[in-house]
Amino acid sequence: MLENRKLVLAHFWLAFAAFGVALVLGAWQMFVRSPLYNWISNPEWYYRSLTAHGTVMGYVFPTLVAMGFGYAITESALKQRLVGLRWAWAGFWLIVAGAIMAMVPVALGRASVLYTFYPPLIGNAFYYIGVVLVVVGSWIWVALMSINLRVWRRAHPGEPVPLAMFANVAGSYLWAWTAVGAALELLLQIIPVALGLKTTIDAGLARVFFSWTLHAIVYFWLMPTYIAYYTIVPRAIGGRLYSDTMARISFILFLVVAMPIGMHHTFADPQVGAGFKFIHSAFTAAVAVPTLLTVFTICASIEIAARLRGGRGAFGWIRTLPWQNPIMLAVAFSFVLLGFGGAGGLINMNYQLNASVHNTQWITGHFHLIFGGAIVIMYFAIAYDLWPHLTGRALPDLRLVRTQLWLWFIGMIVTTFPWHWVGILGMPRRMAYYDYADPAIAPQAFSVILSVIGAFILLISGLLFLFILARAHAQPATDAGPYRFSVPVHPVRSVPLALNTYAIWVALMIGLTVTNYGFPILTLAARSDTSVPAVYVGAQ
Amino acid sequence: MSARDLFTFRNSHFSAGVGIAAGVFVLAAIGGFIVLPYAQRGLEFASLWDAICSAAGLQQRSAATEAPKAAHRISQAVLTPAMLARPNQESIGRGATLAQRCAICHGPTGISRADSPNLAGQYAAVIYKELFDFRSGARTNAVMTPFAENLTDQEITDIAVYYAYLPRLPAYHPTPQLPKPRIVIYGAPVRGIAPCGSCHGSLDNKTGSPWLEGQSEAYLKAQLQAFASGKRTNDISEQMRNIARAMTPQEIDEAAAYYASQPAEIVKAVD
Repeated sequence: MLENRKLVLAHFWLAFAAFGVALVLGAWQMFVRSPLYNWISNPEWYYRSLTAHGTVMGYVFPTLVAMGFGYAITESALKQRLVGLRWAWAGFWLIVAGAIMAMVPVALGRASVLYTFYPPLIGNAFYYIGVVLVVVGSWIWVALMSINLRVWRRAHPGEPVPLAMFANVAGSYLWAWTAVGAALELLLQIIPVALGLKTTIDAGLARVFFSWTLHAIVYFWLMPTYIAYYTIVPRAIGGRLYSDTMARISFILFLVVAMPIGMHHTFADPQVGAGFKFIHSAFTAAVAVPTLLTVFTICASIEIAARLRGGRGAFGWIRTLPWQNPIMLAVAFSFVLLGFGGAGGLINMNYQLNASVHNTQWITGHFHLIFGGAIVIMYFAIAYDLWPHLTGRALPDLRLVRTQLWLWFIGMIVTTFPWHWVGILGMPRRMAYYDYADPAIAPQAFSVILSVIGAFILLISGLLFLFILARAHAQPATDAGPYRFSVPVHPVRSVPLALNTYAIWVALMIGLTVTNYGFPILTLAARSDTSVPAVYVGAQ
Repeated sequence: MSARDLFTFRNSHFSAGVGIAAGVFVLAAIGGFIVLPYAQRGLEFASLWDAICSAAGLQQRSAATEAPKAAHRISQAVLTPAMLARPNQESIGRGATLAQRCAICHGPTGISRADSPNLAGQYAAVIYKELFDFRSGARTNAVMTPFAENLTDQEITDIAVYYAYLPRLPAYHPTPQLPKPRIVIYGAPVRGIAPCGSCHGSLDNKTGSPWLEGQSEAYLKAQLQAFASGKRTNDISEQMRNIARAMTPQEIDEAAAYYASQPAEIVKAVD
């Protein structure tokens, strides 16, 4: 039952259109700082493009996908009309307004501060206010998810919340709390300086606030992907979900441990005590638990599908999987990329190993592999899976869909593997220009060129994705039937209250944030000698 | 089951969740605040509390060592981009009177005939900072130090805004424009050298960095050499010292000659 298709489609189309633009910028950036191009002569152009790329890919694109998918889940999993439709549109238009407001100063070169803000760099105030509007728009979605669940609970007292909605609301709560860090940084520190009310800023405290957001935001990006793993994949390949309880525990664990770990982004920062860095490092290790649970559960679910199709033997069943099915292909690719990305992540969370990859291209390679690889490929799968239900038309050509997924998978590996490699060799990140004539990095030129080739494969794949979605609108109308989610092996009749509600887990999330962030933030805020003059950026 | 039943240790989910989270936190805290500080070689703590405070990022109380004293005075000038942005006419007028004593070297129109810097149209923050540093001793020069020593804050501001107000004129002995050398366009990223223009005006201006077009070649070269040798030390965070040290003598010559050959009129205004 998808009543408000227009709302979901609006979110998805805006998300994917913005993604297409940011993808073009990304490929351009890879190209101009590679040995294939004789420098643009002005680093400002590079950072301008980088700011736009990061802001769209980090804030606008995944937020809109999560929101659109969330609305679709609300209606199809709860089987009730969305409550608060007007508010949902208001949230959407707030994001449109915020994105435009943020992108105009970026395009004019007035806010080339990168999407991580980098205080004491200060850009035009409209950039930050635009980002705040995007976040506020998404908070409307958070509220709506909670309200819709409450409405459903009232009508279905004591019943287990459908898994897709349970995970969806967990993701929304995670986002609500995660975004608070960056919101505090923007409202208390950066925007007053950008407006000229202050001329100094506590860059160290700002970075701590940002780390609050910066790691858990990755799990917010991951949520739609994980929801797709659990609730789309088993159904799409003709199997059953191995365990509904395991799924709920995974989402609950993400809620609890995604938050108190962000300081592994500040390992090299002097303003944070080493003891707190260690605590964050330990909790970062804990976040591998829900990921490994998920890998286990999904592999088991896929095996069930294979056995149902007649698969035999310890590994022989893998052959009988429906490899022609785009969702099967997407989840396999996503898992491979998640495996490599996750292994890289375990290296990054390690204080000692981190020192050798800090601020190198390894880090950029890592988050592109996780986000662009493991996460976005499942966004594609979600779109492909939902599209017939949203448009009322079948996807035109599954071969084209498979080609697109293959290209993305290959492109992501060709882009990010050499990227990691040059990072290990010591190539720094965030630079607009590399002098490949210098003997110190001349041998890395080849790897960088490989990366550029990968970037263009990704660009082709991304544009192909948009083409497939656009062409689907012109197909003859068909009835795709109601949108369904996967069914567990054992039907869920009752769920313990703790696994059907969020109170304990939200309390733990906030509690661990207080224990892991409270002291460092308070001591930094109390000190009076930590502010530095703001550095205003802007094209002249 | 109500909320009261949920938040109780009789509820196994609650007790497991809270228990494991607290356990991980306590173990990590023992590791981070007690085990690891003592595991680091070369660190000595007066007490356990001292070790914990150190790991928490607080200043150590008992084992505090004195901060190393710098061999030279450090610049105390604090600059913000907005500081001198809107000078009043009176201040410029007072600056004009005060600047008469500067004219002997820096020229009556702010254009030097003596290999001193041209000041006409220089960014106000630059003149403010250099005078401030000459006064405090963070930068020293046999001629400039006595001039700056007796200036008040207000006088320094007046002189700075007066020179910033003057129009940028051609250098006294303009030379033919040279093509941009590699070091100026690209810097040398591997050696940590940014393109000159990313601070000095042609691409972006960072507060406190002067524009260089049309300045005396001998002066530019001498300053780069002074930064490289550590004779001049009033650059914040050793920015220029790190750059000049990494430059080859030939690059220093090329950069100085290039900037000296450029007309000052091409310098962009800073808003």
